[in-house]
Amino acid sequence: MSELDSFREEARAWVRENAPKSLWGTSGSGPFEGYWGGSKCEETDPDLLRWRDLGIEKQWTAPSWPIEYGGGGLSREQEDIIHAEMKAIGVPRPVAGQGLAMFGPVLLEYGNDAQRAQHLPGIARGEVRWCQGYSEPNAGSDLANLQLKAERDGDAYVLNGQKTWTSHADLSDWIYCLTRTNPNAPKKQMGISVILADLSTPGITVRRIDLISGYSPFCETFFDNVRVPVANLVGKENEGWTIAKAILGHERSSIGRSIARQPGSAQREVVARARKHFSAEEGAIPDPLIRDEIASLGMLEEAFHLTLARIQESAATGTPGPEGSITKIVGSELKQMRFELGMKVAGIQGLGWEGPGFDEDDLQYTRDWLRSRATTIEGGSSEIQKNIVSKRVLGLPEGKK
Amino acid sequence: MSGHRAPSLLLNDEQRMLKKTAQEFIREKAPAARLRVLRDSKDELGFSRAVWNEMAELGWLGLQIPEQYGGLGLGFFDLCIVLEQSGRELMPEPFISTLLLGTQALLLGGTNEQKQALLPGVAAGERLLAIGYEEAGAPVVAKRTTDGFELNGQKLQVLDGHAADRIIVSAATGGGGASLFLIDPSQAGVSTTRQHRIDGLSSAILSLDGVAVRNDAIVGEMGKGASLLEAVLERACAGASAQMLGASEQAFADTIEYIKEREQFGVPIGSFQALQHRAVAVFTEIALTRSVVLAAARAIDGAPDDVPRLTSLAKAMASETFLHAAKEAIQMHGGIGVTDEHDIGFYLKRAHAAYMSFGKPSQHRQRWAELHDY
Ligand SMILES: Cc1cc2nc3c(=O)[nH]c(=O)nc-3n(C[C@H](O)[C@H](O)[C@H](O)COP(=O)(O)OP(=O)(O)OC[C@H]3O[C@@H](n4cnc5c(N)ncnc54)[C@H](O)[C@@H]3O)c2cc1C
Repeated sequence: MSELDSFREEARAWVRENAPKSLWGTSGSGPFEGYWGGSKCEETDPDLLRWRDLGIEKQWTAPSWPIEYGGGGLSREQEDIIHAEMKAIGVPRPVAGQGLAMFGPVLLEYGNDAQRAQHLPGIARGEVRWCQGYSEPNAGSDLANLQLKAERDGDAYVLNGQKTWTSHADLSDWIYCLTRTNPNAPKKQMGISVILADLSTPGITVRRIDLISGYSPFCETFFDNVRVPVANLVGKENEGWTIAKAILGHERSSIGRSIARQPGSAQREVVARARKHFSAEEGAIPDPLIRDEIASLGMLEEAFHLTLARIQESAATGTPGPEGSITKIVGSELKQMRFELGMKVAGIQGLGWEGPGFDEDDLQYTRDWLRSRATTIEGGSSEIQKNIVSKRVLGLPEGKK
Repeated sequence: MSGHRAPSLLLNDEQRMLKKTAQEFIREKAPAARLRVLRDSKDELGFSRAVWNEMAELGWLGLQIPEQYGGLGLGFFDLCIVLEQSGRELMPEPFISTLLLGTQALLLGGTNEQKQALLPGVAAGERLLAIGYEEAGAPVVAKRTTDGFELNGQKLQVLDGHAADRIIVSAATGGGGASLFLIDPSQAGVSTTRQHRIDGLSSAILSLDGVAVRNDAIVGEMGKGASLLEAVLERACAGASAQMLGASEQAFADTIEYIKEREQFGVPIGSFQALQHRAVAVFTEIALTRSVVLAAARAIDGAPDDVPRLTSLAKAMASETFLHAAKEAIQMHGGIGVTDEHDIGFYLKRAHAAYMSFGKPSQHRQRWAELHDY
């Protein structure tokens, strides 16, 4: 048996022995599902908290990070195996979120030792929650247009301006920001720096924004003469754009993987809803056109999972294929297709916002459907992803856009 | 879901080598432009014996045939590597009829004698096979005689039936059951009429008029022809999907090349976002299709339980992808794309024909739904 195969057996045994039974089958085990932690976290589920503690003790919350920074010192392949074993029984990762999936890996690569020692262990233990300060009112798809000003004043940067769409800024402890340190750079990508800020610093205010779903997962974040130590600059001043893109790369692949959940789960979910709302407990779904649409969904879902596996396999052998760039496009379309069909089969029972006459599951589903419209926008819209693929993968010439 | 490891969807070193050699050979010896020549010269066969024989010499026709029957004893997955490349240039040679339909029927249901008699010839490029199973109006019936059966009726759309040395025919054998019979087209009472298809392939109308066969002409078990045929068609779906994958890749590659070069408004048309985003859509579909085709081929070699759903998935998705890729290819070529002078039109014709063969996507989606209990 190869080393990886015996590690797989070890991981399987550990996960199955230790994951609390109440969590089995509850999660797609993606990087954004489960316990996000942070000092403002109000999680009370004892099993989720026990699972977090067991993961920390085993050093499997950030398996491939170095041990000195709270990781497990394992290889990427071993990390993939651990996550696959969690996914196989549908338990969440012991700690999830942006810090682990997006910011941490980039700090490991681009940060200095002091920054790694200061920030990574807290992320790995789920004690410190991070959010992303990228978008601004005039910098969405055109991110490099950002204006949040950071001016050097002695041993501090002084931040002035605004971020927006900052997911969970209200629940986070720290923010990594893209700032404008040189407004006169010849190209707008060139005057950008990555600066880390403690959200409790005086001068930062966070205001929640309501979504069409009724949730408020994101906020506006205002900076008014906020003093941040110079030591919080990641990498070199004015060279933050490369780091920004690296974080976006992690974000895109994480969104794709988070959407994936268990193979077949989207199809099962929609079939179950169709059975419920059509009162058809067994046999063929009575509406043949709906049935055909569900089959299309199920087929796309299977193809997506096979493609993710193929990408992961070829990445492990050191030759990543160009297919990596399409996972966000396909994953987000798949998610929207699933919710649209799930809403279609519910008919007028899917129209409820709140109150009597609608069951809890349907009310929740409707909110989730509305939330799903954001997946083709967040983390770089589908159109932006297509621009990237056409330029970097297909080699098509840049044009008037 | 058990945590077991899914079969690999990557090629090993030998398979990558095979892919490369096959691609080079086919590009040189069998470019798609041949279809025009074969059509306009009213070629008797509609394909090239010489190319077929060269491929036999390279071992490609016997890749999956066991060594005891003159093949290399590799897997269906390996066969699909060559099929994919044959699809790139829309080769009209009898891959589907001989290697997929005929050979798979023998491998799955044939007796040792039948395999011994025919498979070495297939691997050597000397024998061509076909299957007749479509009918309209005059179903083929097999009547018991003292020492065998007498077959009467008509089959349609027998792919390569005009060139085959042996044709396997499904026939009703009473009690609602069907059986498969191996017949020799030169036998008394058999006649074939070639049909010319839009995509450069040929099929035949096969008429059986009092054709006498012996008991040992039955392939598989008596009365169980339908399930054997279904298993054969599943493999045909997987193999045809591999061809469609290759064809989609080529149509797409030609299109990307074209839109990088063709200029209008003083810039390459490939710089227009309206075309770029549609190109990415095709690229994405091809990537997904590659995964499902590889998975179906792997299942045939080692995961029999997954074969029905994965072959239906491959056929449905490859059909939609190829047709979409071909239509977009023509649109992005502009006027030249609809001329007979340009090869891209052949891709549309083959895409439509392949879409309609072995079950349309909607039929495979219906089967998929049934297999998933809804
Ligand atoms: C749920 C959610 C969570 C988010 N969380 C965060 C977060 O935590 N931190 C953060 O910084 N940001 C976050 N964002 C912001 C997100 O990154 C932006 O919304 C996104 O980049 C799009 O920017 P925009 O909203 O300004 O839209 P715009 O850029 O104005 O785009 C509007 C439309 O124009 C299209 N478009 C724009 N440019 C082009 C082009 N060149 N070619 C073709 N089409 C184009 C877009 O695709 C889109 O359809 C979040 C967004 C959502 C929806």
